[in-house]
Amino acid sequence: MATVETRRITKRFDGHAAVAGIDLAVREGEFLVLVGPSGCGKTTLLRMLAGLETPTSGDVLIDGRIVTHVPPRARDIAMVFQTYALYPHLSVLKNIAFPLRAMGMPTKEVESRVQRAATMFGIENLLKRKPRQLSGGERQRVALARAVVREPVAFLLDEPLSNLDAKLRTSARDELQQFQRRLATTTIYVTHDQVEAMGLGDRIAVLNGGRVHQLGTPAEVYGDPEDTFVATFIGSPPMNLISTPTAYVGIRPEHLLPMQAFSSSEQVLPYPLVSQRVENLGADRLVYGTLAPPHPTIKVISRLPSMLGVEVRLGERQEFAVRPRDVKRFALDSGRKLDPASA
Amino acid sequence: MDARRLTLRAGHFVLLGAFVVFLAFPFYWMAITAFKQSTDLLNVAANPLWFNLPPTLEHLTVLFRDTQFGRWLVNTLVVSTAVVAITLLLALPAGYALARFSGRRGRSLGMAIFITYLIPPTILFIPFSRIVADLGLQNSLWSLVLVYPSFTVPFCTWLMMGFFRTVPRDIEDAALMDGLTRLGTFFKVVLPLAKAGVLTAVIFTLTLVMQEFVYGITFITTSSNYTVSVGVPTFLVRGDVYFWGSLMAACLIVSVPIAVLYNFFVDRFVAGITGGALK
Amino acid sequence: MATHLAGTHRMLADWRARARTTGRWRDDEAKLGALLLGPAVVYIVALVGFPFLLGVFYSFSDASVGSTSLHFMGLQNYAAIMEDPTFWRSLRNAVVFALVSQILVVVLGKILAMALYREFRGRWLIRLLILLPWVAPISLGAIGWLWIFDPIYSIITWTLHALHLIAPTDTPVWLGQPGLAMLSVITVDVWRLLPLATVIILAGLTAIPPDVLDAAQVDGAGFLRRLFLVQLPLVMPVMLVALLFGIVFTFTDMIVIYVLTRGGPYDATQVLASYAYFTGVEGGDLATGAAISLFLFPVLAAIAVFFLTMARRAEVV
Repeated sequence: MATVETRRITKRFDGHAAVAGIDLAVREGEFLVLVGPSGCGKTTLLRMLAGLETPTSGDVLIDGRIVTHVPPRARDIAMVFQTYALYPHLSVLKNIAFPLRAMGMPTKEVESRVQRAATMFGIENLLKRKPRQLSGGERQRVALARAVVREPVAFLLDEPLSNLDAKLRTSARDELQQFQRRLATTTIYVTHDQVEAMGLGDRIAVLNGGRVHQLGTPAEVYGDPEDTFVATFIGSPPMNLISTPTAYVGIRPEHLLPMQAFSSSEQVLPYPLVSQRVENLGADRLVYGTLAPPHPTIKVISRLPSMLGVEVRLGERQEFAVRPRDVKRFALDSGRKLDPASA
Repeated sequence: MDARRLTLRAGHFVLLGAFVVFLAFPFYWMAITAFKQSTDLLNVAANPLWFNLPPTLEHLTVLFRDTQFGRWLVNTLVVSTAVVAITLLLALPAGYALARFSGRRGRSLGMAIFITYLIPPTILFIPFSRIVADLGLQNSLWSLVLVYPSFTVPFCTWLMMGFFRTVPRDIEDAALMDGLTRLGTFFKVVLPLAKAGVLTAVIFTLTLVMQEFVYGITFITTSSNYTVSVGVPTFLVRGDVYFWGSLMAACLIVSVPIAVLYNFFVDRFVAGITGGALK
Repeated sequence: MATHLAGTHRMLADWRARARTTGRWRDDEAKLGALLLGPAVVYIVALVGFPFLLGVFYSFSDASVGSTSLHFMGLQNYAAIMEDPTFWRSLRNAVVFALVSQILVVVLGKILAMALYREFRGRWLIRLLILLPWVAPISLGAIGWLWIFDPIYSIITWTLHALHLIAPTDTPVWLGQPGLAMLSVITVDVWRLLPLATVIILAGLTAIPPDVLDAAQVDGAGFLRRLFLVQLPLVMPVMLVALLFGIVFTFTDMIVIYVLTRGGPYDATQVLASYAYFTGVEGGDLATGAAISLFLFPVLAAIAVFFLTMARRAEVV
């Protein structure tokens, strides 16, 4: 278990900066998620932590030691790849044993460790098989077992769930989190799926354009986004952004509700809208509409919980409202959040 | 509707048949000639397409007993083995380096290496004849062992480059994480996964060596040092009397095993050529 | 148990220390790349580049097999060649053979590839039979044709007689009459290279996504329209590869000529490569032989450039 840190780490490819000076400090035993759209630099960052890419400038530190130019095998970390990267010509047992053999561990020790790792993931009965005979979920477990078996000080996971089908993904997510809690090993996890990020991370780092836009707990990132990018990237459906002459106003769909949803004594800000379409998703209803004057004519989305039985009249102007504290404001020039005091 | 289908089928059949006859008939002819008795063979009045007298092994016996054919086979085997070894030693690492390490420059270098394969022996054989003589290798099989890799190595490097590219990068990264050096991943992970490619390279080197004629006839002068490809056309075809039976037997004996081996690897060979040239 | 664990931890620590320091070069990509590529590149430069330059040098000298002396002769050899009618005939023959045979090969190869496109019973056997001319050593295959073209015992003559296509007294000397000799040589060239072209083109055909052809059918295109407007353009790059390979092999080949006709009758089938051989090796005049063979190079260079531009364009795509 160790801390993992980057100091002003940069990676340039052909003049273009994939990672542009990131300072990141991962705490011991923490599950940190790097999330962002494709091309944001999260995988490049992960690979630099692994030692598979050398930074153009900056440093990587593991447990306080600078390891920027140390090859991957000497960093004592393990990585699980998106494609799992199992050795196709070796059996599951040999796959898991591979890193131990590479370090010259005596056979008895290797055997016991492999057994333990296999039992941890419930794949003892698959040890003799070859990777091509396994399902996606089984391969994922083998990859995890191979990572665990060395007892590294940190785990790096590169979108390990994206190759699983949707149903499997939720149960796999649950298992993954439980296993991380049990081992209490520092884990850095890369994903483009913000739902996954919110569900798994102790803290989330939201990346875009090679920079970290915000680093915080899921609650912080969701409830108090640093800028418009974080605000619209996290949360589904995305936060409504309304441009006014002084600032961007951000309202989450679940905070934009019909007047009837609020008690008459509450102070609310009116946001009337004309609804065009309603999607009934079962647990929620999504109302797609356009704001009515005095607000600019902007498309917005409102999320009504199913318990709220208010009728939505299509094509008609309806009174919707938001609590003042649920309104976020962002600067027009930089997109950064504005303190309510400076509004 | 049915009649149309039938005519299409028949046409397909006839077309294929014509091609097969054109391409494969000479080998049938070789086989028949090799086993026909001489009197049957040289009888103008008889039907040449099948045996009129019972087949004989006489020509084969003459081939192995009265000529140096056996010696030539041994020579060819020796040269082939040595050249395969040298080629693998040079081309495997080079192919890997080109596939993994160099990006855009690697592609150009790979193309450059492939282009050298296109420089034919018929340009180089004249200066080579002098070089070989100056090195004292005149008339020795070692001259061939030295010179043959000049075309097998470019070709096999190109082939192996294509094969190594098919090994997923992820697996090498995983091996790096699991404790191997880059060199270690080459030997312990990449090579086992490219076994098919290595085998293909071996087969093609063998066929390239066995087919080679120009250097063989230029460097070697003593008949006992010939390889099969050179010995058969030059030595067995002398004067006015051609020992056709033995000649055809010789051609058959060498061609058929290569054909069988080759057949298994043609797909990969073509993938290597087209994939590499058009990637 | 504690000591056992301690042992493992010590071993791990040792291993980590070792891994950090040793084997630096084995990880360094630049050094490793150079080390792995080095031997092959050196070999190729030494055994292809050097002889080539030497050949160029010889063409400007008076090198010959017998003597060890070497004098610079300037362009004399080239001038002499230009005056030599046999040289021009060889050049012309080489071009004619290469173009005619390879155009035939590509067209026939396309037809054969189309016939082999769909799976059918015994296709593997047909493929094996079709490949035979390519896999057999060239010199041996040519010997087979020597027998087939025999003046008296030719099976072709016999077949033509049997089908009453020529008079029974007519026995064409396939390799002895100038026109027939050229025809025979072209036939053997086509025979040898058709299999390779077919297999290459077949690979190109199978690479066309079937969706594209289906779409053409749904759009109402008939067989010929589909062939010329959809299939042919998509398979053209592959056909070009086959054509270029074939041209290189045919243009620079001497084996077929050497075995079948030795260049005769009266140089009717002499080509550059065989003429270079007869002059330089059998005749002993290394200088002239080198000069003749160097005329092969411009065509090869042109083809190489073509390959490179094609590859570069393909990369953009």
